[in-house]
Amino acid sequence: MKGFLATYLREILLLKKRFFRVLLSLSINPILYILAFGIGLGKGLYLEGRPYLEFLIPGLISASSMLQAFAINVEINVARFYLKVFEEFQGAPISPLSYALGEVLSGITKAFLSTSVILGITFLLGGVSIKINLLFWIVVFINAFIFASLGLASAMTIKAHADQTLITNFIITPMMFLGGTFFPTSNLPAFIQPLVEILPLTLVSKTLRDIAWNKPLDYSDLVLLITLAIFAFLLALYTINKAKD
Amino acid sequence: MCFFTKILVRRIFHFIIGFVSDIALQVRNLHKTYGKIKALKGISFEISMGELFALLGPNGAGKTTTLRILSGLTTPDSGEIFLFGKSLLKNEIYAKTKIGFVPQHLNLDLDLTVEENLLIHGLLYNLSLREIRKRSFQLLELASLSDRRKAKVKELSGGLRRRLLIIRALLHHPALLLLDEPTVGLDPHIRRKIWSFIKQIQAKGTTILLTTHYMEEAEILADRVAFIFSGNIIDTDTPTNFIKKLGQIAIDIFFDGEMHTKYFHSKEEAEKALLEYSQKYNAITLRKVSLEDVFIKYTSSQNQ
Repeated sequence: MKGFLATYLREILLLKKRFFRVLLSLSINPILYILAFGIGLGKGLYLEGRPYLEFLIPGLISASSMLQAFAINVEINVARFYLKVFEEFQGAPISPLSYALGEVLSGITKAFLSTSVILGITFLLGGVSIKINLLFWIVVFINAFIFASLGLASAMTIKAHADQTLITNFIITPMMFLGGTFFPTSNLPAFIQPLVEILPLTLVSKTLRDIAWNKPLDYSDLVLLITLAIFAFLLALYTINKAKD
Repeated sequence: MCFFTKILVRRIFHFIIGFVSDIALQVRNLHKTYGKIKALKGISFEISMGELFALLGPNGAGKTTTLRILSGLTTPDSGEIFLFGKSLLKNEIYAKTKIGFVPQHLNLDLDLTVEENLLIHGLLYNLSLREIRKRSFQLLELASLSDRRKAKVKELSGGLRRRLLIIRALLHHPALLLLDEPTVGLDPHIRRKIWSFIKQIQAKGTTILLTTHYMEEAEILADRVAFIFSGNIIDTDTPTNFIKKLGQIAIDIFFDGEMHTKYFHSKEEAEKALLEYSQKYNAITLRKVSLEDVFIKYTSSQNQ
């Protein structure tokens, strides 16, 4: 248990020391997306019967929480390849489960922070009518859990920091643009739609929009997301065990 | 005797040995291969309780691999390790609580303070907050780091970082401390300070396994030394015995652009030879034999 606490505490102490820098960097991207797509491009535009900004915000939250949760891989890579602090955790009498839980929870914390920043900007902007309830946060939690686990698994698998860019460029960036963040997936060519529909980010964007728009929820999507979260976490555990040379 | 009885007898034997013997660590026939490179080719050694044992060898000899296996960072291909009578490989969590590892590189969190680095380590080793505070206070005193406890690690000098690395490994009261090249890259003054610090730790009863390629370091610190070369342990003895075996006095003669060294067991023999050589050669030096001579003798014979 203390192994989990040590892992999480380390990440939180580092976050605390860079809090204002992190907050600033978390705010820049959403502000730009809201200004460029939400206000600049989407002014007067309606999607699925809603103003574009109301379509964009849930999508932006799903993409941003995904990116922040997955970004724990950067910290882990620095700890593993540059600072070598990861060895301190490998050599300690803790289980891979404690370590994985600590890291994943730190990813979830960062995802919650980015979600709060976007909601804060939305609130300041005014005129956006979306519903935020406990279930909304639970879905953000599941999304962050999936991508923090995948971030951890990728950080444990790669052999050099440069390999991480490949994973981000080939998996995370396409998912961010195609996962129903900025436009409905139904606008995509028919042949690509079945693939896009099963992406975790598409499921999250869709579920968050349903909650935000007070629409009935498709619980099968939620079940699928929880299943994906379990698999992603098991994968992370497996890669931690494999990280021993 | 059936297979299970054999295992049972073996377990009971090691359990009893753990209680009655003064052996802290037993390494038997340890093998490790990285791809095509055989890093360890069946090394074996033993360390007694409270002993400071040094693994001495050139770069790439297998010193770090041995320590990484002992600290649980690397898995051996084969071999057995017993820590206080218990199999290290089968009781990994137990072994990790008993071992403190100081790696060659500084694996500290540079952005965290000295205290925060110790706090994280303490929690990793399941210490209570009260215990962490108490132990940190004692160790910071021992390492003369008390006044820097609030400083970020990146603000510390190389020598202070090294001392922090050592006390961090001591925080959870390890019975065996593994030091991988503890003074590499440090200037002579700081190196000496670290040496006295290591001696203080040993005086408190901690068993220490140290790797180094500094001969002087092993000669000053170690109770016993093992020469390791290309994944094999060539010989093990005390530094004094190694030197005695080679000869107490050496004469270095420079000719044909190379240095040749002759070893002598008595002063009389050396003086007689010195007289003879001084008639033939100009550049001659008479000096005491050090562990470096033993090392060069061993490694050159291995190279041949």
